[in-house]
Amino acid sequence: MFETLTDRFEGILTRLRGRGRLGDAEIAEVLREIRVALLEADVSLEVVRDLLERIRERCSGAELSKSLTPAQQVIKVVDEELTATLGGESFKLTYASKPPTVVLLAGLQGAGKTAAAAKLARWFKQQGRHPLLVGADLQRPAAVEQLRVLGRDVGAAVFSEPTDPVAVARRGVEEAVRVGRDVVVIDTAGRLAIDEALMREVAEVSAATRPHYTLLVVDAMTGQDAVRTARAFHETLELDGIILTKVDGDARGGAALSVKQVVGKPVAFVSTGERPAEFEPFYPDRMASRILGMGDVLSLIEKAEREYDEDVAAKAVERLRAGRFSLEDFHEQLQQMKKMGPLQNMLGMLPGIPKEVRDAGIDESQVSRIEAIIRSMTPQERDDPSVINGSRRMRIAAGSGTSTSDVNNLLRQFKEMQRFMRSSGMAGALARSGPRRKKKQGGRSSSRKGAGSRH
Amino acid sequence: MAPPPEPASTAAPPLPPAAPPLPPAVVEAELEEELHLPEAIPEAKRPRVRERVGRARELFAAPFASIRRRAKIDEATFEALEEALLLADVGLPTTERLLTPLRERLAAKALGDDPDALLEALKQDATALFAGEDRALHRESDTTSVWLFVGVNGVGKTTTIGKLATFEKAAGRDVVLAAGDTFRAAAGEQLELWGERSGAEVVRGTEGADPSSVVFDAIQHAAAKGAPLVLADTAGRLHTKVNLMEELRKVRRVADRPPGKVTEVLLVLDATTGQNGLAQARQFTEAVAVTGVVLTKLDGSAKGGVVLAIRSELGLPIKLVGLGEGAPDLVEFDPEEFVGALFD
Ligand SMILES: Nc1nc2c(ncn2[C@@H]2O[C@H](COP(=O)(O)OP(=O)(O)OP(=O)(O)O)[C@@H](O)[C@H]2O)c(=O)[nH]1
Ligand SMILES: Nc1nc2c(ncn2[C@@H]2O[C@H](COP(=O)(O)OP(=O)(O)OP(=O)(O)O)[C@@H](O)[C@H]2O)c(=O)[nH]1
Ligand SMILES: [Mg+2]
Ligand SMILES: [Mg+2]
Repeated sequence: MFETLTDRFEGILTRLRGRGRLGDAEIAEVLREIRVALLEADVSLEVVRDLLERIRERCSGAELSKSLTPAQQVIKVVDEELTATLGGESFKLTYASKPPTVVLLAGLQGAGKTAAAAKLARWFKQQGRHPLLVGADLQRPAAVEQLRVLGRDVGAAVFSEPTDPVAVARRGVEEAVRVGRDVVVIDTAGRLAIDEALMREVAEVSAATRPHYTLLVVDAMTGQDAVRTARAFHETLELDGIILTKVDGDARGGAALSVKQVVGKPVAFVSTGERPAEFEPFYPDRMASRILGMGDVLSLIEKAEREYDEDVAAKAVERLRAGRFSLEDFHEQLQQMKKMGPLQNMLGMLPGIPKEVRDAGIDESQVSRIEAIIRSMTPQERDDPSVINGSRRMRIAAGSGTSTSDVNNLLRQFKEMQRFMRSSGMAGALARSGPRRKKKQGGRSSSRKGAGSRH
Repeated sequence: MAPPPEPASTAAPPLPPAAPPLPPAVVEAELEEELHLPEAIPEAKRPRVRERVGRARELFAAPFASIRRRAKIDEATFEALEEALLLADVGLPTTERLLTPLRERLAAKALGDDPDALLEALKQDATALFAGEDRALHRESDTTSVWLFVGVNGVGKTTTIGKLATFEKAAGRDVVLAAGDTFRAAAGEQLELWGERSGAEVVRGTEGADPSSVVFDAIQHAAAKGAPLVLADTAGRLHTKVNLMEELRKVRRVADRPPGKVTEVLLVLDATTGQNGLAQARQFTEAVAVTGVVLTKLDGSAKGGVVLAIRSELGLPIKLVGLGEGAPDLVEFDPEEFVGALFD
């Protein structure tokens, strides 16, 4: 399916070749395709609408990239938006100062709560904790027995009694205190968001146990209903996070986006199979590429960008060696460096940078100003700054919204830099701008497996 | 009578021992120190539980009300219709398949100006998708009929069997339940409880036993005592897992040997499922020749619209609908009612 989506993108966007910007007509067409893809992935309608708006904003009038085809460029924007929606603050579990830390699981029937309870218990044990599983589902036939068997599998004690869910949960926490268990995981019965009596019941369980973490268990195959259900559970229980289950199938998992957007709390774990060990932390980028269904395309995009970066760096070095390093090159380098993350880190990683430079501290807003100034220059000026006279200075300052003294400063710094570079190991350092490449490869492409892959 | 294909572990063993009593209150020695940990939650979070559940109904306001309020039919009307269908999980291809002819009729001035009429026409078209489907649950009189229940994890296979068993017993027909899920924790116990509730006999294997041999045993047992029907439970499995689908094929093959005859293979589908439902239907049909769909959990806020896509793309009939967790919460599929609910 993803080949066709990319193909369609390419089809729409080839018209743009040779033009400088993404046109509104093309963007509208591409957005229609994205909408189809997102709906097919079960992203909820309201979230789709929201995303499309953001993607439109970022694409309209955007300059065409040098390293990517227009289609790739748009896909990258989409991927970034999805990742941003799915990501943000990641789930952090802090243990209660006065144990036990109480975790409550809730969700629709059959979502995978009981399985997830056992998985969590196993995970807590790996963290060196001593979890107690509490079976507060007294409704579904053999639910407690199921939890007992799973508890035995993962080596966690299970508490339950045939009273009522609120009493069991409360007594479960008391039992944990009594026997010195430092984590309690409460499994509850499946319930529909519109079942008022049962929603009230789970609210009472929550009130009686005051869980530190309430997690909504959501099936990755869920369709449009994900939003309604998540909203209702969130209103009733104030969720702290999400567990996404059955990610081992081929559902594109758009529900993750919907629920994340509605609840505004991180996806804490994904469940990738029926066995207790099949449980992982959540990686937003994997999920994004899965929803988009374009893992392969995204790695291609990364590669294209990386190769382009390397190409640019190599050219810069060459020009540097030949003493022809211009403001244009400087601008490119700044762009490259910005992509690499905070400049401070970057400089720290480069060999051969004098300590004074490294410690000087780099002001990122300063960098934007420099960029603005360079962008206001003509190609000729960038190539040969010596032509920049007084009136040109004023024009550049006005064009970049800076002052002539800013322009002067930049020109002086650039001159110094040229000198410094010629005399130092910077040229070699640029050619080897390795740390970043390694970092990026490790972070991204390895994470493309797992949730992103289909079995 | 054909011998069981896998003689190993076919003899229905006694039930596994009951769960051990609650573990004694063990206090590990080193645990005491761990009780007071440095990391603290900044003031244990209070679950300010909101009692707003009563509002839930309002949240699910009917998208079609706004369509009815419109004075005429225009592009916005169609957009609203499209939105409502998408919200019901009908999916884009089927939604377009339904709306395109209506657009054409509108263009040909064959629809009038009344949004209500448009809605009625759409309902009729959607209902017509189910026209002529074979909703009967088949049995054959001179063999032991087997209804095989298949589907992904947690959709309601076991519960549906429990409901049907209750129904059959109440109708005075004997039925045997085959605990073909030998994998999931306490799946056998769950079916056993449904057996107790309904009065149907349950045939079980050991945990981890070959499911086809359990189903085979159940058929033998039913044939021996003259029960005409076996409801065979299977473990939930994702349609993408090749080995598990292979296992299911084998269950079907074995169940089809005399005196058994597979007369229904029912795919159980959760109404909350989105577009993946289509892939499920496709894969299960390919593996075990599904004869019909049971749509469960339609008592929730999900509309189960993906069955429109399943029906129109794969031609599978929808046979039963689950409307709750209790024994009586199972009804025959009624297209008009279903489509009506889709548009409420
Ligand atoms: N393939 C797969 N199956 C899963 C996963 N998580 C749970 N399951 C299966 O899904 C089914 C339902 O899981 P349960 O843990 O019983 O679900 P539940 O939410 O407790 O269900 P109720 O208590 O009935 O509401 C079982 O067959 C589980 O083994 C998963 O990540 N992948
Ligand atoms: N609300 C509602 N809940 C249902 C319905 N059918 C089943 N359930 C519930 O859904 C959950 C899962 O049902 P099961 O019958 O265990 O599902 P299954 O397909 O056998 O699950 P596995 O064997 O684990 O794959 C249980 O909590 C059932 O009570 C229904 O029609 N409506
Ligand atoms: Mg459960
Ligand atoms: Mg089952």
